[in-house]
Amino acid sequence: MAQPTLGPARPDVAETRPGGVAKARGRTPRSGRPGLRTSPWAGWLFVLPAFAIYAVVVLWSIALTFQYSLYRWDGIGPSTWVGLRNYGKVFTDPDLYGSVLNAFQLIVFFSVIPVGLGLVIASTIRRIAASRLALVARTVLFLPQVIPLVAAGLAWSWLLASTGLVNQLLARVGLGGATRAWLGDVSTALPAVGVIGAWVLLGLCTLLFLAGMGKIDPTLYEAARIDGAGPFREFVSITMPSLRQEIGVCLTVTVIAALASFDIVYISTQGGPGDSTMVPGLEIYYLAFSQREVGVASALAVVLMALVILCVLPLQWLTREESS
Amino acid sequence: MITAHREVWTGRVLLIGLMAITVMPFVSLFVTALHPSGTYPPGLDWPSHPHWGNFTGAYRAAHMGELLKSSTLIVVGVVPLSLILGTMAGFALGHLRMAGRRLVFLTFVLGLTLPFEGIITPLYSQVRDFGLLNTRWAIIVPLIGLFMPFSVFWMRAHFVTMPKELSEGARIDGANVWQLFWRIHVPLARPAISSLAILLFLWTWNQFLLAIVLVDDPAKRTMAGALGAFQGQWGTDIPLLCAGSLLILAPTLLIFLIFQRRFVTALLQGSLKG
Repeated sequence: MAQPTLGPARPDVAETRPGGVAKARGRTPRSGRPGLRTSPWAGWLFVLPAFAIYAVVVLWSIALTFQYSLYRWDGIGPSTWVGLRNYGKVFTDPDLYGSVLNAFQLIVFFSVIPVGLGLVIASTIRRIAASRLALVARTVLFLPQVIPLVAAGLAWSWLLASTGLVNQLLARVGLGGATRAWLGDVSTALPAVGVIGAWVLLGLCTLLFLAGMGKIDPTLYEAARIDGAGPFREFVSITMPSLRQEIGVCLTVTVIAALASFDIVYISTQGGPGDSTMVPGLEIYYLAFSQREVGVASALAVVLMALVILCVLPLQWLTREESS
Repeated sequence: MITAHREVWTGRVLLIGLMAITVMPFVSLFVTALHPSGTYPPGLDWPSHPHWGNFTGAYRAAHMGELLKSSTLIVVGVVPLSLILGTMAGFALGHLRMAGRRLVFLTFVLGLTLPFEGIITPLYSQVRDFGLLNTRWAIIVPLIGLFMPFSVFWMRAHFVTMPKELSEGARIDGANVWQLFWRIHVPLARPAISSLAILLFLWTWNQFLLAIVLVDDPAKRTMAGALGAFQGQWGTDIPLLCAGSLLILAPTLLIFLIFQRRFVTALLQGSLKG
């Protein structure tokens, strides 16, 4: 995903990033030629066990997914070759491409809101980042990262239920008319699932941004203040550019979480009501394990894997360092 | 400095608000869990007679003892082996000179973004063909493979920063590559390895998809997978469900609170590197 750009900024490290590796040959030995001279197969012996299990479990399974996607198969009996017809079904059946569209809507909640709100919150609390309150907050804001997503889904299903806390609060402030079973209403179920995801990811993004802001030279802010810049100007001219890398990382993590969401949806709505919260991950699960349409499930799986890579690749230029 | 003062106060208020939103679901679960079993209490309402017995009831209903044992066995199966293999591969890719290492590393990187749903169907048939369905191996073996890209990536990022002179000195003293790895580099890599161990522990313990697909018996699943079954069985008894959910997320919460500093660092670094 991202490159290990956060290692300590040693001059010889930059050389060993991919890209710098192959061309380093022929330099003087002291200028940081990467790698220790050993017998050529020693390295392979170290890599081999890890690579073997990775190849058997992951690479082989990816290949099998491709293969399955070209057949009609119930998972047990004989299979028939159907070419690309399963992919045709993924792109024409509204139930199937609808799940992909839902996943894209979830990006708004899983990525845009946590990153946007996280930036605003982090720059507001930047000044008190060293206080005791902020130290406590570091622990508290991490809680959603530690618990299983299913537990988050369960807790929020209860908060968003018709007698839950959210409706209780709404009624208290005189918005009793707006109360509803948020996860059971076709028009609000998807945003409600999105809110759960936003809750899980907001703390992580905020803390990553705070950590990034800690590395910004404080004299930059002082200089900006002397020049008469307000908080907004400060944010646009200093904070945002310095956090390029952190923003890239947060977007990458959260976009994957949105496109590949499964746990939260499974536990809170099961894809319903109707198909209003169906996402590709859940659709694959249903297709393969209850409707026994392994071919279509695999075609959707290939589309999902491709989509994740297509969405995440362009974000990687953000995580690269600007110079060099 | 009036503006600075005001900013400090808005910062405090915002931070407290954010913490309140983060904690709210847990508080709601807790309060609801104290109501009489089988009732539909309003969202946040302290009961006149708290039913602490719901927790023991849920402990029995969820077979917590078995679940803890099962999750622990799965973690013991996944984490140590992943650490050893990942560290070895990361060492070779980050520190040794070997032909084709760039290609190997890129192949691992390819797996970093993989959604598990993408390969769950072939995993199911492979696990079935090996006769491992409904055993804990059905979760352990695939997870080691699925976590390998991150483990290798993480350890390589550490070994790339180790100065080559360190190893050259040891080589001159007559150490072979294996001794160099175990005696010099593994001890130095301890912080990176322990952070990786924390992340792998969390991801294994909280793994849901593999658990519900590959293992039918909740007692052989991970904690998270068992929670899915618990909801299916007790979904109508809200107080019991809430008590059970709290019990199921208590172990990670407890371990997090004990090792919080390491956890926070590991998670922050983990997302930055991953």
